[in-house]
Amino acid sequence: MKGAEALLKALEREGVELIFGHPGGAIMPTYDALYDSKIRHILVRHEQGGVHAATAYARASGRVGVVMATSGPGALNLVTGLADAYMDSTPVVAITGNVPRALIGTDAFQEADVTGVTMPITKHNYLVQDVNEIPRVVREAFHIASTGRPGPVLIDIPKDVQLAEFTGDFEVELDLPGYKPTTKGHPKQIERALDALEKAERPILMVGGGSQHAHAELLAFAEKTGLPVITTLMGLGAFPGNHPLWLGMPGMHGTVAANRAIHHADVILAIGLRFDDRVTGKVSRFAPHAHTIIHVDIDPAEIGKVVRTHIPIVGDARLVLKEMLKGAKPLKLASWWRELEEWRTRYPLRWKPRPHLQSQEVIRAFFEATGGNAIVTTGVGQHQMFAAQFFPVTRPRSFITSGGLGTMGVGLPFAIGAKFARPDELVIDFDGDGSFQMTLQELATVVKYGLDVKVVILNNGYLGMVRQWQDLFHAKRYSEVYLADSNPDFARLAEAYGIRGIKVERKEDLRKGVEAVLNADGPVVAEFKVYHEEGVFPMIPAGGAAEDMILEHPEEKEEVEA
Amino acid sequence: MRHVISVLVQDHPRVLNRITSLFARRGFNLESLAVGTTHVPGLSRISLVVSGDDHTLEQVEKQLNRLIEVLKVTDHSEPHVERELCLVKVHVAGVEERLAVKDIQEAFRARVVDVAQRSLILELTGDSKKVDSFIEALRPYGILEVMRTGAVAMSRGERTLKVREKREAV
Repeated sequence: MKGAEALLKALEREGVELIFGHPGGAIMPTYDALYDSKIRHILVRHEQGGVHAATAYARASGRVGVVMATSGPGALNLVTGLADAYMDSTPVVAITGNVPRALIGTDAFQEADVTGVTMPITKHNYLVQDVNEIPRVVREAFHIASTGRPGPVLIDIPKDVQLAEFTGDFEVELDLPGYKPTTKGHPKQIERALDALEKAERPILMVGGGSQHAHAELLAFAEKTGLPVITTLMGLGAFPGNHPLWLGMPGMHGTVAANRAIHHADVILAIGLRFDDRVTGKVSRFAPHAHTIIHVDIDPAEIGKVVRTHIPIVGDARLVLKEMLKGAKPLKLASWWRELEEWRTRYPLRWKPRPHLQSQEVIRAFFEATGGNAIVTTGVGQHQMFAAQFFPVTRPRSFITSGGLGTMGVGLPFAIGAKFARPDELVIDFDGDGSFQMTLQELATVVKYGLDVKVVILNNGYLGMVRQWQDLFHAKRYSEVYLADSNPDFARLAEAYGIRGIKVERKEDLRKGVEAVLNADGPVVAEFKVYHEEGVFPMIPAGGAAEDMILEHPEEKEEVEA
Repeated sequence: MRHVISVLVQDHPRVLNRITSLFARRGFNLESLAVGTTHVPGLSRISLVVSGDDHTLEQVEKQLNRLIEVLKVTDHSEPHVERELCLVKVHVAGVEERLAVKDIQEAFRARVVDVAQRSLILELTGDSKKVDSFIEALRPYGILEVMRTGAVAMSRGERTLKVREKREAV
């Protein structure tokens, strides 16, 4: 057996059924072995598409996503996707070929120090020097990627190692003395946390992406205590977006209710989130009345990294919530809820109606037509925030977006990965005209595998989020954000790939357009020409605090005090 | 504030790289780094000198602990022994200077490890302050070269840098 076959066998033993990837010289022995393997390979058109698809596959399924690429340029094309998976704690294993061992370090053809390059953006990485090490490395990589705080792991295998004769053993014991994640929360700390919540007058429960797998426990805990729930962008869907206890998303484009709740809270229970600056704004002004912050996270390094924590609980969100549920009591929060209710009803998410077609109403129309029953992926930009605001998903693992890295172009490959993970679900990619054009070649992947994904491009002819910031903070000097003069006709572009293209330009055609997308048999690329100068509101300017929230464009309406 | 941190690591290739790149990308200030193997095969011990406030130091420790190949991290805030090895090549023009340098050598309990016609190499171990003073004392004679290892440290008494107890994984 060659190293390449051993690699595939080791992957099979990890339960891998699907690999996204793109072949090339240094990974050819493994592609040759793949020819006879049970593992299905999905050929993407660019390695970045592959790693994003693997990421979404992982996020939608809860399993490990796998991507494969060749050495040098192939491997380097994974960098953005690996950084994205790292920032959003997603279990991905990347396998890359490398030049033969004898050529490493000689600046050989298609050589790059990929383990060096990916060191800061992977949870761990390997350069396999000995063919018999393959089963151990694969076992460790999957274990590291999927346990503790999940993250990407890269395995770099020189071509001659793939070709070498394997004489090793597949039965390997995990021996990682430096890697023992704490999963069970400390009972004393859990007791202290429950005690603090019981004494609280204005407590809130904030959850992030680390709670996606804890949705059942989260729901039970919230319902038992009656705590108001706030979900970050990464936490959307971890708690049902139609639940009466849900206040929405916090932060820069969060709801008034969520941000005010944080601002006025006395006790904050934060689970599986890392207090990103898009959530906290200016840290010194974040949650000024919170005398107790309880932070539950599986990664001890996240606790106390950004905000001061009074009750740290290192552990897995699901296990900690399970324990907390045992001691949880219904809390007396009637007067707190009266305040929250007031904010929620007085300042719902809304948009200023205009004569043009608007992104918000397009997303809302899809929400209404589907009953929210879909997996939503997004690119990065205004459309992403509109989707987060107006498509409140009700189920976990159903809102797949790039949070930490804010990677434009993830929408389409995310949709591809999500569809492979959950083929029976409706998958909608809400994308922007700028974002979509960063990875649109993956339409070929959609065609190749007949993937029924619905791509909804909200085309405002601009890099809308940058334009919004230039509008608000750079005196409307729209530097290099105009796309409309050179955008393709997206519907015709789709048709060139053999995908149905739909174009909707007028408000009155919205319903018909949405129906056409949802009723189409197979993939669709639908372009909705939306108002070009729309802004995402509410907004807390970068470095601001809840009190600085603006509800509408300053030239269009007044500011609101916290 | 200056801290000496000991890190027990698996001596895999690139483990030093992982540590230095961690310091670089997280903006931690690494003043010195010394590495050597231990009596346990496969384990190396790294001594780091880091400066920063309490919050930074807490992050240094936590981020180091996140590395898969790091087994244990200790900040030597407790009583500990700290040593640095230093080699100084000093210019000696004549007999008079040679004698003067010899006086300094004796005062610091340094050793002469190389004798040449116009220079001496002196070896000194001690904490970093002692090494500093030694170099200052020799400076007037004309220092040709200085090599310092950076600090290494070990806790006094019973305390040892043991491998963490096994904990369960998800």
